[in-house]
Amino acid sequence: MELKEVIFIMIALTTVVSGWLVVSLKNIIHSAFALLVTFFGVAGLFVYLGADFLAATQILIYIGGVMVLVLFAIMLSEKVYNVPLFQKSKILPAILVLGSIPYILFRVIMEASWSVRTGGGEIMGPTTETIGRLLLGEYLLPFEVMSVLLLSALVGSVVLIRKEVGKRRGGPSWK
Amino acid sequence: MEIISLQSYLLIGAVLFSFGMFAIITRKNAISVLLGFELVMNAAGLNFVAFSHFSDPVIHGQVFTLFIIALAAAESVVILALIISVYQKMNTVQIDEIDSLKG
Repeated sequence: MELKEVIFIMIALTTVVSGWLVVSLKNIIHSAFALLVTFFGVAGLFVYLGADFLAATQILIYIGGVMVLVLFAIMLSEKVYNVPLFQKSKILPAILVLGSIPYILFRVIMEASWSVRTGGGEIMGPTTETIGRLLLGEYLLPFEVMSVLLLSALVGSVVLIRKEVGKRRGGPSWK
Repeated sequence: MEIISLQSYLLIGAVLFSFGMFAIITRKNAISVLLGFELVMNAAGLNFVAFSHFSDPVIHGQVFTLFIIALAAAESVVILALIISVYQKMNTVQIDEIDSLKG
């Protein structure tokens, strides 16, 4: 077995095990930190897939942005210890779902004949230029729509979370 | 089967997706549900990049994953704002106790 295969297996195991920890740990802070490890693992898999720009983006946005937000939300909102975590009534449907969906997925993945392009699976070098050209060329409309979406998410979250400071005279009341 | 092949990436993606679904279905805390949602989004992005790496001469899949990351970030910001505002109003984030819309 080559070195890169050993490292690949280690990254894959890290990803899967920490993913399981995310759904099984009792303490929600621990589960958030396990999710951080999962994000790192997925970034490593992106590196293996030749997606250097995406790996950096994954670390910057998920770990730098989303995880910090989640940790703040946990600290602001909840007793961390000794909270009931699982809904007992949902365990049975969850086991049914967890039994059937992965089974179908695994069967499909192992038995379908995936058409792999000849020369596919080779690392192509830096991808940043290609991604930039695609974003400002073929994917210009989704790119712009995404910026509008980010703006609306920004405004929407501020509106959702602000406190009402005094009553305004006239105008619609929000309550 | 080779170790580093399309199937292994798809298997990892499927496992992450299943874990995320499990968290979404069973967890009581709304933030834990959000964590499961992030797992599902990551699995989807991983699948996109894997397919684009193995069967696409241009890297369209990576651009799609970029959009997925931006979408997941925006959604999680809004969801966290909702969770905190619900906590301020009802003093809980356990999703089975938030039932004031139930008739």
